[in-house]
Amino acid sequence: MVSLAQTHRLASGGLIDRSAPLNFSFDGKILAGFQGDTLASALIANGVKLVGRSFKYHRPRGILTAGSEEPNALVELRTGARREPNTKATTAELYDGLEAASQNRWPSLRHDLMAVNQLFAPIFVAGFYYKTFMWPAKFWEAIYEPAIRRAAGLGRAAGVADPDHYDKAWAHCDVLIAGSGPAGLAAALAAGRSGARVILCEEDFALGGRLLADGGTIDRVPAAEWIARTLAELATLPDVRIMSRTTLFGVYDGGTYGAIERVNDHLPSPPEHQVRQRLWRIVAKRSIVAAGAIERPVVFAGNDTPGVMMASAMRTYVERYAATPARRVALFTNNEDGWRTAETALRAGLQIAAVVDARPEVSAAHRALAAKAGFPVLNGSVVGVDGGKDGVRKIAVSLTGGARAEVEADGLAVSGGWNPAVGLTSYHRGRPKWQDDISAFVPDSAPPGMVAAGAANGAFGLGACLSQGFAAGAAAAQSAGCSGTAGTPPVADDEAFSLTPLWHVAGKGKAFVDHQHDVTASDIELAQREGFESVEHLKRYTTLGMATDQGKTSNVAGLAIMAAVSGRSIPETGTTIYRPPYVPVAIGAFAGHHRDENFHATRLTPSHHWAAEQGAIFVDTGLWKRAQWYPRAGEKDWLESVTREVKAVRSGVGFCDVSTLGKIDVHGPDAGAFLDRVYINTFSNLAVGKARYGLMLREDGMVYDDGTTSRLAEDHYFLTTTTAKAGPVMQHLEFCRQVLFPELDVQLTSVSDQWAQFSVAGPKTRDLLRKIVDPAEDLSNEGFPFMGAREVSLRGGIKARLFRISFSGEMAFEISVPARYGDALVRNLMLAGKRFGVTPYGTEALGVMRIEKGHVAGPELNGTTTAADLGLAKMMSTKKDFIGRAMAGREALAAADRQVVVGIKPTDKMRRLRSGAHVIPKGEIPGPDNDQGYVASVCFSPTLDQWIGLALVERGRERIGEIVHAHDPLRGEDYDVELCNSVFYDPDGGRQRG
Amino acid sequence: MRIVCPFCGERELGEFTYLGDAKPVRPAAGASEDEVFDYVYLRDNVAGETSEHWYHGGGCRAWLKIARNTLTHEISSVEPAAGVGAAKVGA
Repeated sequence: MVSLAQTHRLASGGLIDRSAPLNFSFDGKILAGFQGDTLASALIANGVKLVGRSFKYHRPRGILTAGSEEPNALVELRTGARREPNTKATTAELYDGLEAASQNRWPSLRHDLMAVNQLFAPIFVAGFYYKTFMWPAKFWEAIYEPAIRRAAGLGRAAGVADPDHYDKAWAHCDVLIAGSGPAGLAAALAAGRSGARVILCEEDFALGGRLLADGGTIDRVPAAEWIARTLAELATLPDVRIMSRTTLFGVYDGGTYGAIERVNDHLPSPPEHQVRQRLWRIVAKRSIVAAGAIERPVVFAGNDTPGVMMASAMRTYVERYAATPARRVALFTNNEDGWRTAETALRAGLQIAAVVDARPEVSAAHRALAAKAGFPVLNGSVVGVDGGKDGVRKIAVSLTGGARAEVEADGLAVSGGWNPAVGLTSYHRGRPKWQDDISAFVPDSAPPGMVAAGAANGAFGLGACLSQGFAAGAAAAQSAGCSGTAGTPPVADDEAFSLTPLWHVAGKGKAFVDHQHDVTASDIELAQREGFESVEHLKRYTTLGMATDQGKTSNVAGLAIMAAVSGRSIPETGTTIYRPPYVPVAIGAFAGHHRDENFHATRLTPSHHWAAEQGAIFVDTGLWKRAQWYPRAGEKDWLESVTREVKAVRSGVGFCDVSTLGKIDVHGPDAGAFLDRVYINTFSNLAVGKARYGLMLREDGMVYDDGTTSRLAEDHYFLTTTTAKAGPVMQHLEFCRQVLFPELDVQLTSVSDQWAQFSVAGPKTRDLLRKIVDPAEDLSNEGFPFMGAREVSLRGGIKARLFRISFSGEMAFEISVPARYGDALVRNLMLAGKRFGVTPYGTEALGVMRIEKGHVAGPELNGTTTAADLGLAKMMSTKKDFIGRAMAGREALAAADRQVVVGIKPTDKMRRLRSGAHVIPKGEIPGPDNDQGYVASVCFSPTLDQWIGLALVERGRERIGEIVHAHDPLRGEDYDVELCNSVFYDPDGGRQRG
Repeated sequence: MRIVCPFCGERELGEFTYLGDAKPVRPAAGASEDEVFDYVYLRDNVAGETSEHWYHGGGCRAWLKIARNTLTHEISSVEPAAGVGAAKVGA
């Protein structure tokens, strides 16, 4: 391995594994790091300061933070199909061979020609989209938008399918904890000892939160030792589950939480049979948000220069990763906590150029530290940064009293105080409240069952974090019904925290509030001048906080500046509404395994495997795969196969699997009365052993579904639905039974999956069935007349149901056997039917024959048609109430000029018809005023040797014989068709009764 | 969201289907067109407590009457529909 110099790595210390060196590349340059690094810490260790270009102005940007709040250091991670844009370098774990590239620059990061945008900065101000690209309107799509998209923006998507798998999983617990800092670990201890089932989610790969960087003493031992001891104890507790690399991102109703686990993002690619990420839905009785706080910047000119970094982030890089972001550090703080960075810098042997403290008083202890270490303490504020893509060179300070000073430094650590992470507690439209002593928003209300503890609750001291977390853990376990005792809480001292609020230092040059969206302090002032004072308007007008970081480092500063310029207090100005996800979550994780062929479940018919052996072409109908046609060798296209199948049925015998129809057993003394109320026609007077076609309406009077229902016994009906409505009709009938008509003694059982059903059709049907059915069964026209229905024995004794119903118009039966016999039945139909030339047919031939017979199906039962529209008005009983009766009588639904089903034939017999064409009076120019309907179903009729169709046409049935015009602008076709009777084949029905 | 089915216990939202307002009562046979129109189309847009029909299609197939607060999504009661189960009502 090539040993590469890590110029900014301390010789010792940190939580990195120096025995595990790793190589990685950034913009093609090979660099080195260690196991335990993030991409950001490894870049810092290699002295890399410039990592990206900004969204609008292409300004050089560096690393601002050390966590998931990072607005600047976004990279494209990995290459090819696994390229992942906008990945935060601060959370990406380093692995050997990692490849990262900077974004939004051309031709290179150092020489970005797009930085010319800065010259046009005056037009990129707040609301520039609304102001600049208004005229001419047609230029927007063609010119402005593509140009903006090229110039502004973030990384590039991979552009090809994601090769990895994502998983979805459920978990249940008593107490869910977000965060493994001192508050989270203390909460887990208390809840776990009390006997609670605990899940703790930590987004980092290491547990400990700020303890990993800031250390401290807990229970009189160093923090690292306390973490190890605590984790060891938690491991002994029976049901405490710690999930690292897992971010809690959302809070949903009823104690349901969303979490994203980055299972294998820390490896080049997931090991075989493993997923990249797993989306968790966690159901918890109680939850504790111990997600800590986010250090906030101060807004001043040049605050986006590479090398300007949050003070706590600088401590993290030095203490946790032994990487030094700068060699000569300046610190700008308005609070006590910021000074800890000076202590860290001294411990690490870095030079301190100066500490600029905006507070009027600096403690004696800190003054003594400065005197001892020999660095100046300046009372005042940073007003400018001199530097560029190579980082900070000099900072300008305005001293209290008005004088100015300049400080030479190659890095500037900034602390403006801390904002509790209030996102999770605010996701149910909760508004955080302002707390004066820390000048920050803290949770006020929280979703049911949730509390915040520690820094997330505004308690910044280590001792307070531990005691709040422990108390919250014990209380959550108790209220979740656990009776164990939490034992002794861990203890530590609290650090001093004093702060003088400081949000914005006026100065010359751009001062950034939202680094990721390039929103400056002057953009906010402009928004206020233009009247966008409400925070929700401010956000949308300036895009403040709308980038992928959701303004974690910028929102509060932005509204503080708005408060100042509009003369209101910060709490009066208020916050925007918080919405999940807390961190970006890949769409792939939400999809999980539901993609490609697993996008939805697949249902196979009982004859599927047999049909597949025959080489059937399958079509998706809902979840089902149905045989569409059965091609034979030598057939040149689907039409030839389908035509053969239709002719075979009409001249001999064929069969089709119709098991996909919904099937419902209706039992009970009131079964007939029940069916009378749900169908427009009457079933209570249906004789046992008979079948009847039924039509259902919705309560609004439109047709809902149709199907054949048979009476198998006095108190037993067998009802069928269309394939598409099998589930909805079952739900509808249960509603009718349970809610509308509870007085009826009737029960419903879905038996769709229990019966394999085949339509056997054609003049030789009886010949074939006599080979299948027990010879004792009478299948003659007298013994089994049209619309007969009864149970029969098959040869071999299997019981089957036989229905003499026909969708094809031929002499036909539907035969139904328990689903497990479906495969055997289809094979026996083929064997027994060989001598009769039996032909299996698919859904296409089924459709052709139903159009030839003028039967309505899905295209006509489309939710906008009435029974009368379908030519079935006579079925509507006038002697009883039924669902939809009253509304079906409304004037418009009974109007004479409604579009009704009618047959159509092209006047040119050779022409192909297509569904969707508009029907226009002949000789008129097509337009919305003379659009009289549309073509619903078409087919090539082998029987008539031409294309035919069913159309919905105004007064269609009164216009039989009229030539009308079919206008199909979608396909650019215009032709004449003749309106005709919708029953093209055997209009008197002699064949099906024969 | 979680719903406590009176037959199956606490279950996840995905097992249930929402229908709508449970307040309108289907008019008796012979009701005027206006009455039926109101039943079919008129709904209150309530901010607060509502009564709703839900179907436990992913479980026991019971129709449920659920009292829910539309502002907080809090469910205060779940009752089975009158005709749930095997026995005829009043038998």
